[in-house]
Amino acid sequence: MILHELISYDVLRVIWWLLLGILLVGFACTDGFDLGVGTLGPFVARTDVERRVVLNTTGPVWEGNQVWLILGGGAIFAAWPQLYAVSFSGFYLAMFAILFALILRPVGFKYRSKIENPTWRSTWDWCLFIGGFVPSLIFGVAIGNVLQGVPFRLEPDMQIYYDGTFFGLLNPFAILCGLVSVAMLTAHGAAWLQMKTSGQVQARSRRFGMIAALVTPVLYVLAGILMWLFVDGYRITSEVITTGPSNPMMKTAEGGIAQMWFANYAAAPILWLVPAIGVLGSLAAAWGFAKRKELFTLLANGVGIAGIILSVGVSMFPFILPSSIQPQASLTVWDASSSHMILFIMLVCTIIFLPIILAYTSWVYSVMRGKVDEKDIKEERGHAY
Amino acid sequence: MDLDIVGLSRLQFAATAMYHFLFVPLTLGLSIMLAIMETVYVMTKRPVWRQMTKFWGTLFGINFAIGVATGIVMEFQFGMNWSYYSHYVGDIFGAPLAIEGLMAFFLEATLVGLFFFGWERLSKVKHLLVTWFMALGTNFSALWILIANGWMQNPTGAALNPQTMRMEVTSFADVLFNPVAQAKFVHTVSAGYTVAAIFVLGVSAWYLLKGRHIDLARRSMTVAASFGLAASLSVVVLGDESGYLSGEHQSMKLAAIEAMWDTQPAPASFTAIGFPDQEARETHYAVHIPWVMGLIGTRSLTTEIPGINNLVEQAKGRIANGIIAYDVLEDIRALGHQPIPDELRARFEAHSGDLGHALLLKRYVDDPRQATAEHIEKAAWDTVPQVAPLFWTFRIMVGLGFFFILLTAVFFWYSARHRLHNVPRWLLHVAVWTIPLPWIAAECGWFVAEFGRQPWAIEGILPVAVAVSNLSASTVLLTLLGFVAIYTVLIVVEMKLMFKAVRNGPHLDAQDREEVQTSPYALPQHTPASAS
Ligand code: HDD
Ligand code: HEM
Ligand code: HEM
Repeated sequence: MILHELISYDVLRVIWWLLLGILLVGFACTDGFDLGVGTLGPFVARTDVERRVVLNTTGPVWEGNQVWLILGGGAIFAAWPQLYAVSFSGFYLAMFAILFALILRPVGFKYRSKIENPTWRSTWDWCLFIGGFVPSLIFGVAIGNVLQGVPFRLEPDMQIYYDGTFFGLLNPFAILCGLVSVAMLTAHGAAWLQMKTSGQVQARSRRFGMIAALVTPVLYVLAGILMWLFVDGYRITSEVITTGPSNPMMKTAEGGIAQMWFANYAAAPILWLVPAIGVLGSLAAAWGFAKRKELFTLLANGVGIAGIILSVGVSMFPFILPSSIQPQASLTVWDASSSHMILFIMLVCTIIFLPIILAYTSWVYSVMRGKVDEKDIKEERGHAY
Repeated sequence: MDLDIVGLSRLQFAATAMYHFLFVPLTLGLSIMLAIMETVYVMTKRPVWRQMTKFWGTLFGINFAIGVATGIVMEFQFGMNWSYYSHYVGDIFGAPLAIEGLMAFFLEATLVGLFFFGWERLSKVKHLLVTWFMALGTNFSALWILIANGWMQNPTGAALNPQTMRMEVTSFADVLFNPVAQAKFVHTVSAGYTVAAIFVLGVSAWYLLKGRHIDLARRSMTVAASFGLAASLSVVVLGDESGYLSGEHQSMKLAAIEAMWDTQPAPASFTAIGFPDQEARETHYAVHIPWVMGLIGTRSLTTEIPGINNLVEQAKGRIANGIIAYDVLEDIRALGHQPIPDELRARFEAHSGDLGHALLLKRYVDDPRQATAEHIEKAAWDTVPQVAPLFWTFRIMVGLGFFFILLTAVFFWYSARHRLHNVPRWLLHVAVWTIPLPWIAAECGWFVAEFGRQPWAIEGILPVAVAVSNLSASTVLLTLLGFVAIYTVLIVVEMKLMFKAVRNGPHLDAQDREEVQTSPYALPQHTPASAS
C-alpha cells in the first residue's frame, strides 16, 4: 500500500502527538467532572436524597465519558506502543491503584441505591469517593514524574527494565502536580454540579468550586516556579532524524539541563499563551462560580484544564517519556511511534469516527439536559440510580 | 506451571480475563434480546413487553457494570504485565484495540446511559433505536477484540522489522480478514447468545415453577427458546469451523486437544474419551471413533493430521533455522543507522519466520547461538501444551453444546405449539439448573483457545516467557492477590443483587402505572398460578 505515504511520517507523528493531547484533554474535560463529582460527593451531599441527586447528575453520561480513558489507553497502544509498554509496566503499582479505584466506580454507581441499608449505601459512597479522588491524584503524580524523567533503561533488543520503586514516585514535586490535578478536576466536578443541581447541593458545590478554582492556578504557578528552579530537562544531542525508524536507541540524548523545559517557550514566545490559558481559564471559572454563571463556569474550567495539560506537552516536546538513568533511551515523538502505515490507518479511523462520536455524545447530553431535582428522585421518575 | 514471574503473570491474566468473560457473554446476548423485546413492544404497543424489556434490563445493568469495571483492567494489563509483548506487537495489536474504543465502546457506553435514563425523555421509536445501537456496540466490541485475539493465534499480515526490533504491519487487510478471527467472532458471539438465552429461559422457568409473573415469564421463554435454539445451533456448527481452522493454523493445539501423540494414517480417528499421560506420551484407555477426526480437522479423507511427536521433530528444525535468523539479526543490528545490504536482508528474510523458535531457547541460554543439542531438545518439547486439561475442557464444551441444542429445541417445540403452560415441572427444573452450564462451556472454550496456544503469546513468533514484563515476582503476586480479593467481593455482591432482582421481579414505575391504566391492551397484573 502506498496510500499512507500521502502524509509523511514526521507529520503523522506530530499529528498523533497532538491527538494524544486531545485525548487527554477529552478525558479530563468529560470524565474529569465525574471524578470531581466523586471526590466532592461526601462533602456536598449530606442526606440520602441529596446523594442520589448527585449520583444521578452524572448517571447517564459517566460511562460514555470513561471511554475517553479507555480510548486513551488503546490509542497510546496503537500509536505509541513503546510509551504504552514502558509507562504501564514502569508505573505498575500506581496503575494497579488506579485500576482498583476505577473498578469501584461502575459498581458503586449501579449498586449503591439498589439496597436500602444505610451501611451499604455509605460504604459505596466512600468507594465512589476513592474512585474519584485516587485516579485524579495519581494521574497528576504520574505527570510530575514524567517531567522529572523516569528510571528505565532499554536493552538492545528493546527489553525494558525499570529501576524505580512505587514510593519513589511520591516525591514532593510529583505530589504537587497531583494536587494540581485534584484541584482542577474538583473544580470541574463542582461546575458540573452547579449546573445540574439546585438548592443546598448547588450552594455547597459553589463554595467548594470557588475554592478549588482559585487553588488550581496558585498550585499550577507554584509548580511552574519549582520546575524552573529544580526540575532539569532533556535534550537530543545527536542529529534529529524525524522520519527514522522507531528505535530510541539510535539517538543520543542528555538530561540534567536546567530550564530546558522552558526552551520551547523561549524559542516561540507565542506558546506562553498555552499556560496563560490554563491560569486564565481557572480564574474565569472562579469568577463564574461567584456570578452563578452555570454553563460558563463549566466551559471556562474546561478551557483551563486544556491549557494546563497541553502546557506539559509543549514544555517537553519532542520528549514524551525521558529516562533519568539512560537518557539515550528516552522516548520522543521521533522514535517511539508505531509504523508509518499504522499511524495513517489510525488517523483515517479517527477522522471517520471522532465526529460521529461527538455527534451522538452531544445528542445524549442534550436529551439529558436540565437539572436533577429531589422531587423526581423521591418519585423515582426517570432516574436509574 | 511454576510460580515465577511468567507463571504469576499468566495466572493473573488468566484470572482477570476469565473473570471478565463471566460478564461479557451475558451482555452480548442480553443486549440483543432486549432490543428484540423492545421491538415487539413498539410494534404491538403491549405494555407487558416494555415491562419485560425493563425487567431484563435491570439484570443487564447489574451485569454490565462489572463487565465494564473488569474490561478496564484488561485494557491496561497488556502494558503492565506484558511490556515486551506490547512493544513487540503493539504496531499490529494496538490498532484493533483502539478501533474498538472508537467504534464500539463509545457507542455502547454512551447509549447505555440513555437506555436506563431515557424512557421518559425519548419517543418510543427513538428509545428503540438507542437499544439497538447499544446492542450493536457490544457486538462490535467483540468483533474488534477477537480480531486482535485472532491475530495472536494466526499472525498474518506482519513482518519483523530488524531496525525497530518489533513486528510491523505489512497488510492491514490480512489482519482484518484473518479467517481465524472471523471464525472466533461468530463462535464467541453465538456462545454469548446461548448464555443469555439459557439465562432468560432458566429464570422464566423459575417464575413458572413459583407461579409468579406468568405472563412475563411465558413470553420471555418464547423469545429465549427460539433465540437460544438458533444460537446453540450456530455455536456448534461454527465450533466445527474453529476446529478446522486450528487444524490449519495451530496443528499443535489440535493435536493436543485430541491427545494425538503419533500421526495416524488418514483419515484419523477421534478419541472420544481417554486419559492422556504427558510423561509417557500416550493416552490410556482411549475409545476411538474411526474417521471422525480426519473429517473435522481436514474436511477430507486423505489429508494426514500430524501428531505431537511429529510436530516436535518439526519444531527442532525450526529452532535450528531460527538460530540462523538470530545470527543475521545480530549482524544487522551491529550496522546501526547504516542501510542494510541486500544480501543480508535476503538472508534474514529467508529465515526470519523461525526467529520465534530461537527465542524459545531464551529460557535456557541468554544467547540462542550458544544453545546445545540438549537445550534444543528441551525447547522443542516446550512447544507441547499440557494435554490432559485441554483434552477434557474441550470435551466438556462440546458435550454441553449438544445438550443446549436439545434443551432449547424442546422448549422451542412447546412454545411453537403454544403449550408453554403444559411444560412438565421436571423440565422446568432442568431449565433452572442449566443456567450456569453455558458459562462453564464458554470458560472451557477460552481455556482451550488460550492454554492450547502455550508456550506462545503470539503463535510461532513470541514465546510467553519472553513477552513478560521485567517485574519482580512479589509485585505481581501482590497485585494478583489484590485482584482476587476485590473480584471475590464483587462477585458475591453481584450475585446477591442478581438474586434480589430476580426475586423482586418486574417493578412498576410511574410510567408503567399510567400506561397500564390507559392501554387498551392492559393485562391483569397478577395472573393466578391456578389459571394456567
Ligand atoms: C467476545 C467479547 C469480548 C472479549 C473477548 C473481551 N471483551 Fe471486553 N467487553 C466486551 C466484550 C469482550 C463487551 C461485551 O463489550 C463488554 C462486556 C460487558 C460490558 O459492559 O461490555 C466489555 C467491556 C470492556 C471494557 C469496558 C468498555 C466500556 O466502558 O464500555 C473494556 C475496556 C474491555 N472490555 C476491554 C477488553 C480487553 C482488553 C479484552 C482482552 C482481553 C476484552 N475486553 C475481552
Ligand atoms: C475474555 C475472554 C478471554 C479469556 C477467558 C482468556 C483466557 C486466557 C487464559 C486462560 C490465559 C492464560 C493462558 C496460560 O497462560 O496458560 C490467557 C492469556 C492471555 N490472553 Fe486471553 N483470554 C480471553 C481473551 C483474550 C483476548 C481477546 C486477548 C487479546 C486480544 C487475550 C490475550 C491474552 C494474552 C496477551 C495472554 C497472556 C499471555 C499468554 O499467556 O499467552 N485474551 N487468556
Ligand atoms: C460441538 C460444539 C463445539 C465445538 C466443536 C467447539 C469448538 C471449539 C474450538 C475448536 C475452539 C478453539 C478455537 C481455537 O482455539 O482457535 C473453541 C473455542 C471456544 N468455544 Fe467452543 N465449541 C463448541 C461448543 C461451544 C459452546 C456450547 C460454547 C459456549 C456456550 C462454546 C464457547 C467457546 C468459546 C467462548 C471459545 C473461545 C473463543 C474462540 O476461540 O472462539 N463452544 N470452540
